[in-house]
Amino acid sequence: MYAFEYVRANSVRGAVSALAKHEDGKILAGGHTLLPTMKQRLASPSALVDLGAIKDLAGIEQRGRSLIIGAMTTHAAVAASDVVKASIPSLAEMAHMIGDPAVRNRGTIGGSIANNDPAADYPAACLALNATIVTNQRKIPASDFFKGLYETALEPGEIIVRVAFKPPSRAAYMKFRNPASRFALVGVFVAKKGSDIRVAVTGAGNQGVFRWRAAEEALAKRFNPKSLDGLKADAGMMNADIHASPDYRAHLVAVMTQRAVAKALGK
Amino acid sequence: MTSTGIGAAVRRKEDHRFITGKGRYTDDINRPGQAHAYFLRSPHAHAKIKSLDVQGAKTKPGVLAILTGDDIATDKVGGLICGWMIHSKDGSPMKAGPHPALAQGKVRYVGDHVAVVIAETVGEAKDAAEAIKIEYEVLPAEVETASAQRQGAAVIHDVAPDNTVYRWHLGDKAKTDAAFAAAKHVTKIDLTNNRLAPNPMEPRAAIGEYDSGDGVFTLYTTSQNPHVARLVLSAFIGIAPEHKLRVVAPDVGGGFGSKIFIYAEETVCVWAAKKVGRPVKWTSDRTEAFLSDAHGRDHVTHAELATDENGKITALRARTIANLGGYLSTFSSSVPTYLYAPLLSGQYDIANIYCEVDGVYTNTTPVDAYRGAGRPEATFVVERLVEAAARELGQDPAKFRRKNYIKSFPHQTPVIMTYDAGDYAASLAKAMEIADYANIGKRKRESAKNGKLRGIGISSYIEACGIAPSQAVGSLGAGVGLWESAEVRVNPVGTVEVLTGSHSHGQGHETTFAQLVSERLGVPFENVAIIHGDTDKVQFGMGTYGSRSGAVGMSAIYKALDKVIEKGKKVAAYVLEASAGDIEFKDGKFTVKGTDKAADFGAIALQAYIAHKFSGQELEPGLKEGAFYDPTNFTFPAGVHICEVEVDPGTGSTRIERWTAVDDFGVVINPMIVEGQVHGGIAQGVGQALLEGVRYNADGQLVTASYMDYAMPRADDLPSFHVGMTVTPCPSNPLGVKGCGEAGAIAAPAAVINAITDAVGHEHVAMPATAETVWKACQRASQKLAAE
Repeated sequence: MYAFEYVRANSVRGAVSALAKHEDGKILAGGHTLLPTMKQRLASPSALVDLGAIKDLAGIEQRGRSLIIGAMTTHAAVAASDVVKASIPSLAEMAHMIGDPAVRNRGTIGGSIANNDPAADYPAACLALNATIVTNQRKIPASDFFKGLYETALEPGEIIVRVAFKPPSRAAYMKFRNPASRFALVGVFVAKKGSDIRVAVTGAGNQGVFRWRAAEEALAKRFNPKSLDGLKADAGMMNADIHASPDYRAHLVAVMTQRAVAKALGK
Repeated sequence: MTSTGIGAAVRRKEDHRFITGKGRYTDDINRPGQAHAYFLRSPHAHAKIKSLDVQGAKTKPGVLAILTGDDIATDKVGGLICGWMIHSKDGSPMKAGPHPALAQGKVRYVGDHVAVVIAETVGEAKDAAEAIKIEYEVLPAEVETASAQRQGAAVIHDVAPDNTVYRWHLGDKAKTDAAFAAAKHVTKIDLTNNRLAPNPMEPRAAIGEYDSGDGVFTLYTTSQNPHVARLVLSAFIGIAPEHKLRVVAPDVGGGFGSKIFIYAEETVCVWAAKKVGRPVKWTSDRTEAFLSDAHGRDHVTHAELATDENGKITALRARTIANLGGYLSTFSSSVPTYLYAPLLSGQYDIANIYCEVDGVYTNTTPVDAYRGAGRPEATFVVERLVEAAARELGQDPAKFRRKNYIKSFPHQTPVIMTYDAGDYAASLAKAMEIADYANIGKRKRESAKNGKLRGIGISSYIEACGIAPSQAVGSLGAGVGLWESAEVRVNPVGTVEVLTGSHSHGQGHETTFAQLVSERLGVPFENVAIIHGDTDKVQFGMGTYGSRSGAVGMSAIYKALDKVIEKGKKVAAYVLEASAGDIEFKDGKFTVKGTDKAADFGAIALQAYIAHKFSGQELEPGLKEGAFYDPTNFTFPAGVHICEVEVDPGTGSTRIERWTAVDDFGVVINPMIVEGQVHGGIAQGVGQALLEGVRYNADGQLVTASYMDYAMPRADDLPSFHVGMTVTPCPSNPLGVKGCGEAGAIAAPAAVINAITDAVGHEHVAMPATAETVWKACQRASQKLAAE
């Protein structure tokens, strides 16, 4: 790790001004991607602006029909929250599937979304649940937020403040884990809210999280695993690495989607 | 049996310090004034070093020295050695290229040591390493085991222009070929034994220190065999004569073989300590461990099994290419030869065996012994072949095995070994009973109802442990003897210190060795201390590997205890005023035959030291005896493991539903510790079968250099194990023990793969059997079914 300045922000505004002062400064949320990268000397930010002390960035509440989760809320807090379990139980289950206890107790929803790792779980949840990512500047629909591998719609100086979810009528997340990292080799979040059906896939796509539209259309006719029989995902848009070929990932997308639909139906 | 004697499940003494954080590992040791070493490693798999300029880097803050291969040459530091000479078929000696501790002109794998920076802190050393100017001429890299010998391959060592270290063989080719020609049926199989990273929990570390007052070097290091390290560093590398070099291997957190070897890093730390006049410390990080700890396995094998019209195995032949990496590590040459081919008879009566092994250089991390070392490779070949043959012949795999088992002992195989004792059918019967083998059909049907595929796989393994009779291994090319030493010091108050040449790094010697002493001397278990791991304290010893510490290390202690008892009888004769021939020793008491005169062990120890009851002319005072024990044969632990899996054909995921292990380790000293060793071994074997695999890309970059990409087995990958035992005492050592440390890792891979192939319609499945691999096998099986 190279030397860097450390700034503990007390407010979002303070964080923004600290970032402005340090060229090449980075925001520190849970640090579960950034710090290992720095330790390997693969990243050398001049400063880290720590959001951990900003109290109103963490917390969970049901506000009318929306489930609001503060950006600095840990995965463990989401997984254990009665509010989340009552509102969107599949989201609590998904949070419980992230990493290990150390990761869940440090890692945050805001950090995960801002990093947009192509194998992270939250991007799939946000996309399937049609979440709104609220920053210090604007509200961004999830469908406009995730832009590719580690790419998001966030502008310099823009900080995620909270994420708002609209509870679906049915939803489930199925994750097929990479045996080494236990990230999603393929993760599929399926959500149904009235006639709006979304199938969001993480881990598989060579451009990061994506919606599998063909599956959504098939499920719109009848929300049942059988509706997906014979439907194949496009291997051409799948990631290839030592852990899985594109063909296998495409196959798993279909299997995990069917299983997620079954789970959403309580089967 | 007493509550702490042989056979008792005594809780491990050493665990109190480990679980309370009081273990003392090399990295816990900090010497006054110590500096830190950081190794600049090659980013290329194969390259010439065109220029190396450290001048600018030397001026960086905190830098004490930057040393390179030139300094190694100037100081005449000897190269790292390979201590087992293998001769090719044509009689020529193996082709060992130079292996300098810091590269000289060329690098041969990613992670090869180019320079070392010694600085006040690790951070400063890393900063300075980045300022080293180095120009490489990148050469084509050879990575693949199977193709390293091809025409036109890049030459890694000039001494071996075809990248071939040796072309070795064992057995009678003509007889074996004739048996194949006469066979009713021949089963053929192609196997890859995947490359593994050893991954001990504690990474390697070293502190070198030099005392200019008396000219003595000290090396603290993560070693399984500190005396061997001292011998090699003295006699071959030339750091210092043995009496001027102390090697300390304190608590060591796992080795699995990878800490047997003498590596560049500890060599450099001890050498550099004198050059900078400061203790020099190095601790590996995890990625360095993946890059530089000697890997294990990496074989490509074609094997065949011949059977006659009665389903009797008549011959086995195998041709193996073994990847030895970019350099020959300390015992690398022996692993795919004498630790492999002599086990190809397995538990079976096979009259004809012939095996050819080519050892090859590649631009990869050196490969050497890893838990099982050669024997898992042999077991995998034999047990995959036997399983495939049984299925091809339409026979139940258990019956086919039973029919072909060796049934009388001693049994001379056609490949060196004389098996001394065993009852393979007994282990199989017990394992089948525990595994409920009879009802597997029912369980398969239940799985099928749930859309799952269930399979069962047997592995009848044998290993040669208790390594090893020195004369025998000497005749096969070993550079050392493989006996063990012990010294038993009885203190005047009757407490006992045992100095052993064995080294404990997870095996629990402080407990099991104390059980032996407690049992034989009748002293309380708590009154026994086991001392190991420091060449200044302990007499020369050979260390721990190859499941040898029970069979060889404890036998040395046993012998020394015999001498202590004999001496005690002489002292007791004076104390009890009887003739020495009438003194008996039992349960901690010396008694005079036929009388009620008695003295306990502690009282006699005191008398031995105060020496008032006898004169110096009659008897030496004191009670301290030493022994060296050289085994007369290998030991042959064997057993049967049965793995039952359920495969999800939708994803290819394999779940191990049930695991049965019935092992014959001979006499068991501590069943709890033995069971723990079995559990750990199975976990590692399952890791190899399902999860682990070192992968390089075509350029020789290590792709699996962290736990993000290298999959280790975790608790939830494993079921609870059903562990049973059968016992045929080993006839060749006084305790009757055989060794248990490697069995699980040897048995498990074949059991897992046999179970998966059973589940997926006998399709071949390679290791690691990842979900994708198994899914593809399921696809092939269903395509075949559709075609039929």
